[in-house]
Amino acid sequence: MKVDFNLDIHHLTRVEGHGNIHISVKDGRLAEATWAVIETPRFFEVMVRGLSAERAPFLTSRICGICSISHSLASIRALERAMEITPPETAKTIRLLAMHGETLQSHALHLFFLAAPDFAGTPSVLPLIQSHPEIVKAGIKLKELGNELSIATTGRCTHPVSLVLGGVSRAPSKQRLTELKTMIAELRPALEKATAFFRTLSLPDFVRETEFISLRDGTSYPFIGGDLVSTDGVRRDENDYLLMTNEYTVEFSTSKFTKVSRESSSAGALARFNNNYDLLGSLPRQVATSFGLEPLCHNPFMNNIAQLVECHHIFESAESLIDRLLDDDLKKIRVSYKPKAGAATGAVEAPRGILYHHMETDDEGKVVKADCIIPTTQNNANIHYDLHAFAEQMLKEGKTEQETEKLCEMLVRSYDPCISCSVH
Amino acid sequence: MNHLGFTMEKVKVGSFDFTCCEGCQLQLANKESTLTDFLALLDIRNFREISSERHDDYDIALVEGSITRSDEIERLKAIRAQAKVLVAFGACACFGGVNSLKNRIPQEEAVREVYDGKAVETMPSMKISDIVTVDYSIPGCPVSKEEVERVVVGVITRSPVALPKYPVCVECKQRLNTCLFDLGEICHGAISMAGCNAVCPSGKSPCLGCRGPAEDINFPSFLQLVKDRQLSTAEMKEKLAFYNGFADYLDHES
Repeated sequence: MKVDFNLDIHHLTRVEGHGNIHISVKDGRLAEATWAVIETPRFFEVMVRGLSAERAPFLTSRICGICSISHSLASIRALERAMEITPPETAKTIRLLAMHGETLQSHALHLFFLAAPDFAGTPSVLPLIQSHPEIVKAGIKLKELGNELSIATTGRCTHPVSLVLGGVSRAPSKQRLTELKTMIAELRPALEKATAFFRTLSLPDFVRETEFISLRDGTSYPFIGGDLVSTDGVRRDENDYLLMTNEYTVEFSTSKFTKVSRESSSAGALARFNNNYDLLGSLPRQVATSFGLEPLCHNPFMNNIAQLVECHHIFESAESLIDRLLDDDLKKIRVSYKPKAGAATGAVEAPRGILYHHMETDDEGKVVKADCIIPTTQNNANIHYDLHAFAEQMLKEGKTEQETEKLCEMLVRSYDPCISCSVH
Repeated sequence: MNHLGFTMEKVKVGSFDFTCCEGCQLQLANKESTLTDFLALLDIRNFREISSERHDDYDIALVEGSITRSDEIERLKAIRAQAKVLVAFGACACFGGVNSLKNRIPQEEAVREVYDGKAVETMPSMKISDIVTVDYSIPGCPVSKEEVERVVVGVITRSPVALPKYPVCVECKQRLNTCLFDLGEICHGAISMAGCNAVCPSGKSPCLGCRGPAEDINFPSFLQLVKDRQLSTAEMKEKLAFYNGFADYLDHES
């Protein structure tokens, strides 16, 4: 039987921001599949112009309510490189621990609050509080740990207060650090429980080959700075970020699209995993293997699992960062600096993928030009072309309109899109 | 739900966002230690960020973000028509927020710079009360979850909800912090509304007034303090303009 349907998912739920999916099938053939971002733009590049370098990271952190630490640190890195400021090692460790906290919080929010309801067949996490209390509790605990790490290192879990140019304005106390170490040890069983739960779920089998882009410094799993690499063999310096993005506008979307070697590329946990598998410890690797996740993986649904693997990495890595801080002099956390003219890029791995801030300053240290390229912007084209390929696969498999709708929503959610961020 | 022997009905809540970062809504899912108890108070009827269920029979509408596009005005008016209580949620909703920094230049110029010629609609950032009547305001960037809990419980138990009238300095002194002015920084804690537990100055980061002015502030005296300490009035103004909560004071003679 030839099917005809028009699928219009207006304001996709359980994602950050406003996006629409449109799929049109005529005579059993896919006529159109689009991913359209319709979020209201905020013009951060214009807002930050004229602001002092000191204040700029406090503004750019407001690009995103979920990954504000990443945005703050991308701006700080760009401005420190532009003005040749070298923060103390202890401050760098505190910043790195802050990134661990934010990533854990963001991954737990996505995996348990946004993605899990799809697999359980519920509209939100709320019914799961009754039906799967232990799993929800484990998810909430992991999210809490992420937030506690962020609060201890930056003063607040959303919109950090103590990340500043030249270092950090306040360090966590050694007592607080010891408490966090205990909390990590106590929450290992919760992480195991969460992992076991995800092992019971079956992810859709879908592969569309693409180019994965992430940071790589060759010594540790990426969070702050490094070379820009792709699974198609491209390698660029951090300042050459424009060659890794090639932004262009499309009619149906307020967020831009990007591409490098192919029609689209992908950023995020799966991209980091694919490019930096060798830098993961043995435990996170074992977890990946137990899910059949190995590099190079081209199934976008496996981004969920790559996030879970990263949670395991964060547990290990955060513990060693805390040990390092416990041995450090926590008073050497900030250097003073003289404002100067310069230009540089700061690249960090936000929870949802590689994030670039490019900043230019004048002699007084005022921002004269800024450019921010967001992970979700770099995933938009990939989501768009994935939707087309995935919808065709579902038609071949004879899926109904309702099944198609649900699976397409799940596909977009797998990217954990941060839409208001992408239309900054 | 049973509270002190009284049965109380859950409140039907809708949470909506306009031009913003969604960080205030995210606070609803934070403070994990009381999260399940907090959620038990609410019947969430409409909250796109966390649920696929959408119903339009909410009584309380939490509205985050500022207004920068004509379709947002229509959507906001529809929410106002449904909600018995409309809460402006966060600095963007209460004052226009950081988005107001865009208002300094012509909007066409902003579009030209960012979208390179593509036609994109945008208006100067407006606060929620520029468009509809607001019943409660919870300021902050982001809002403090403790305060949100207090307001929600206040609405359910029909007890009056009041925000602090005193400035951030009061909370900062309670936390025994060294005054940032004494460290040579301009901090707006003396004129900004408390309720944040002085989170920024406690992290040695000056207050930028994300909760707007405290009651009956003495702005000329604050300005004099900045001058007496030979600090930069230009920097003071940059901070004052940050969240647009002090729009009425920006043109003050300096």
